[in-house]
Amino acid sequence: MATLPRTRPRNRRLVSRNTVAGWSFILPNFVGFAVLTLLPVAVLFYVAFTSWNVFGVAEWTGTANFRRMWGDASFWTALRNTVYYTVFHIPLTLAASLGLALLLNRKLRGVRFFRTVAFFPYITSIVAIAIVWNQLFSPEYGPINALLGAVGVDNAPGWTTSSTWSMPAVIIVGTWRYMGYYMLLFLAGLQTIPAQLYEAAETDGASPWQRFVHVTLPGLRHTTFFVTVLLTIESFKVFDLILVMTGGGPGQSTLVLSQYIYQKGFEENQFGYASAVSVVLFAICFTITVIQFMVNKRRNS
Amino acid sequence: MTATDLSLPAPTVAAPGNRSAPGRPVRSRGWRLVGYAALVLAAAGLLLPFYWMVVASLKTNSDVFTIPITWLPDPVVWRNYIDIWQRSDMTTWLWNTLLLSVVVTLLQVVTGSFAAYGFARVRFPGRNALFLAYVGTIAVPWQSYMIPQFILMSKLQLSNTLWSIVAIQAFGAFGVFLMKQFYETIPEELSESARVDGLSEFGIYRRIMLPLSRPALASLALLTFVTTWNDYLGPLIYLRSPELRTIQLGLNTFISQYNAEYALIMTGSVLSVLPVAVIFLLGQRHFIEGIATTGLKG
Repeated sequence: MATLPRTRPRNRRLVSRNTVAGWSFILPNFVGFAVLTLLPVAVLFYVAFTSWNVFGVAEWTGTANFRRMWGDASFWTALRNTVYYTVFHIPLTLAASLGLALLLNRKLRGVRFFRTVAFFPYITSIVAIAIVWNQLFSPEYGPINALLGAVGVDNAPGWTTSSTWSMPAVIIVGTWRYMGYYMLLFLAGLQTIPAQLYEAAETDGASPWQRFVHVTLPGLRHTTFFVTVLLTIESFKVFDLILVMTGGGPGQSTLVLSQYIYQKGFEENQFGYASAVSVVLFAICFTITVIQFMVNKRRNS
Repeated sequence: MTATDLSLPAPTVAAPGNRSAPGRPVRSRGWRLVGYAALVLAAAGLLLPFYWMVVASLKTNSDVFTIPITWLPDPVVWRNYIDIWQRSDMTTWLWNTLLLSVVVTLLQVVTGSFAAYGFARVRFPGRNALFLAYVGTIAVPWQSYMIPQFILMSKLQLSNTLWSIVAIQAFGAFGVFLMKQFYETIPEELSESARVDGLSEFGIYRRIMLPLSRPALASLALLTFVTTWNDYLGPLIYLRSPELRTIQLGLNTFISQYNAEYALIMTGSVLSVLPVAVIFLLGQRHFIEGIATTGLKG
């Protein structure tokens, strides 16, 4: 990194001076970061192999927690539900945010107002959002089912009161909340595509759809990649929205991994077992991110 | 999206309904309309929940759910906005949240921009590995280490104090990341010539980088403030005593206590969103720039 030295001793002095300077800049933040993030992540892999409880009596139990997890039906339900949420949330949010970005990337009057509107759900607290949507989703009196009734849907879904429809309801709200955020990333990406490319495509007689497929999509590759990584992590850790909206119910129909960790850890005080489930969540997010990076690297070369 | 597949080959095909005008301008007017229609529809969908929130907070409780739905409060009831202060500990919740948000924001901005300077401008062995540790944690959800973090925090006697929230929010990797991205856009020659003039690294940070990075600092401050204000999970796990509750935690306990007071619940929601909405509208530009800079480079 540092430029090559002419005289050795001078360079060594420079390196040590820079090391002191560098660390003194980083240290105030690093102390907090190390104690509150790095250390807990390391400790996680120890606690997961113990029978740790609130009284702090930890006994090394080897893989017992993981073997228990293997036979734990609730764990599998939570995992399945998390995947359910992810599989729908990612493509829906990608499509919605890209669509919004394309709409808002034109020179229309009022575009700035619309951008603000789209971003607003993202800065609103989850609690307020969950409460309002629960009222909107109210099966008998809520406006959503009233609207559905008006367009001729007879058997309007029970949403958060039905175990089949509670997850779709949560997915809708999740997409609604996050699409403005990813829209911003897409908008930033769209601005990096040179206008000449579009003009050239137009002179070649490319239709709007062809321009979208051959100019816009390739130009957005990096953005789409980054958005997908963020979306994946965000979907797998989904928690507070579900906790306030459905509490995991009805039954276990919206129970997700993060919530299961919370239940086992903070409600039942089984820190050891909860940590084992956390390791699974950690491993999933980590693996998927690494795979995404590898695939992206191969595609680029 | 809806507009893209409308007109395929020749420009004239696009607007068959219109009187035979020379293709292009008509097409673009038609497109414009389609674009606006799509935008208005999207905006209506995005805003409906907020509209409902405000309107329901101005209704009497029995008017919130009616068949057919009443889209305007009649009569407009302001009482809810007085009652809520008496029926809940709103003042305590808001005060706690404000205190936390301000302290966390200050700490995050100071330590984050400081560390970012070290990463962006000072060269020393091990720097890149260290930065990788920071970036790597972005892929690690907090939910996966909240248990060991809680154990540690309890050992430090910090759980059930406001300090716990300060600790978990103030030293995030995000601030370091955002500020580093920004510092790297500032030309190296600036600090190089200052170095030649004999300014110390701290002097360069203080006199050159800080004044230049005001917009990025504003972005970081706003985003941190809003995140802390909106945080629900941290307070849920760490703050057990009622007098420590933040607005999010308070609002949720309020709902479980008065779950049939629909109008009052909406009043509380409006009050919890309002400060953030005001801050957002004032500093919108900074929000959007902050997100674009951290998002862009990935």
